[in-house]
Amino acid sequence: MLILVTDAPLDEKAARAHVARPGNGAVLVFFGCVRDRHEGREVRSVEYHAYGAMAELELARIASSVAAAHGVADVAVLHRTGTLPVGEASLVVAVGAPHREAAFRCAQEIIDVLKERVPIWKKEIGPDGAVWQEGVTPPLPPPRG
Amino acid sequence: VVEVPIDVLLFGPLADLAASPKVRCLVPEGARVDELLKRLRERFPALAPRLDSAAVAVNLAYVARDRALAAGDEVALIPPVSGG
Repeated sequence: MLILVTDAPLDEKAARAHVARPGNGAVLVFFGCVRDRHEGREVRSVEYHAYGAMAELELARIASSVAAAHGVADVAVLHRTGTLPVGEASLVVAVGAPHREAAFRCAQEIIDVLKERVPIWKKEIGPDGAVWQEGVTPPLPPPRG
Repeated sequence: VVEVPIDVLLFGPLADLAASPKVRCLVPEGARVDELLKRLRERFPALAPRLDSAAVAVNLAYVARDRALAAGDEVALIPPVSGG
C-alpha cells in the first residue's frame, strides 16, 4: 500500500506503478481535481489544509479495510496540500485488481469514506474572498461505557 | 484537585477563529474529553459555536467523548472535514 499526504505535485506514475502487477487485469487511476465552481460560487483556487500525520494514518486505515472488504491487494492513495489552481489534482487513488468490478468499487468506497473521515480541509478562494467549505463531521467511535 | 495543562491542536476554521494553531487549557487530572470541551467553551468563546460539530482525536485517532486524557496526549479538534 502506498499512502502519502504531500505539498508536492502528486506522482500518478508512481501510484500506477505501485498497483500494476501481472495478476491485475484492471488498473484504475482516479484523479480528483479542483473544480471551478462550488455550491454556485466561482472558485479560482483551493487551499488544502491537513493534519498530516493523522491524515496519513486515517488514509492507511481506510485503504486497508476497504481493500480487504473487496479482496483487493494493491492500493495507492495520494493527497495534496497547499494552494491548488482550478484543474490541479488534489487526490490520486490507484487500485489494481484481477477484474474491473472490484477495482471500481474499491476506489469508489475509499473516496466515499475518505471524504467522511480524513482530517483535511478546503478553503475556497474566489472573486469575493476565501471561505472554508462546510464539510462533514467524522463519525465518532461509540462510548466505551 | 490537581489541574494539568493540555495542548489542543486546532485545524481549518477552528484555527482561524482562535487565530492560532494551538491552545492550552487546564483540566483536572484524568479528565475526560467532554470536560476538556466544556473548559474550551468557557475559555475560548470564539470556538464555542463550532465545538458541537467537531470530532476529537487523541494520539492521531478519533475518540469518543468519554475518553480520559493523560499528560502527554496529542489532542486535536477536528472540525467537519472536506478532503478529496
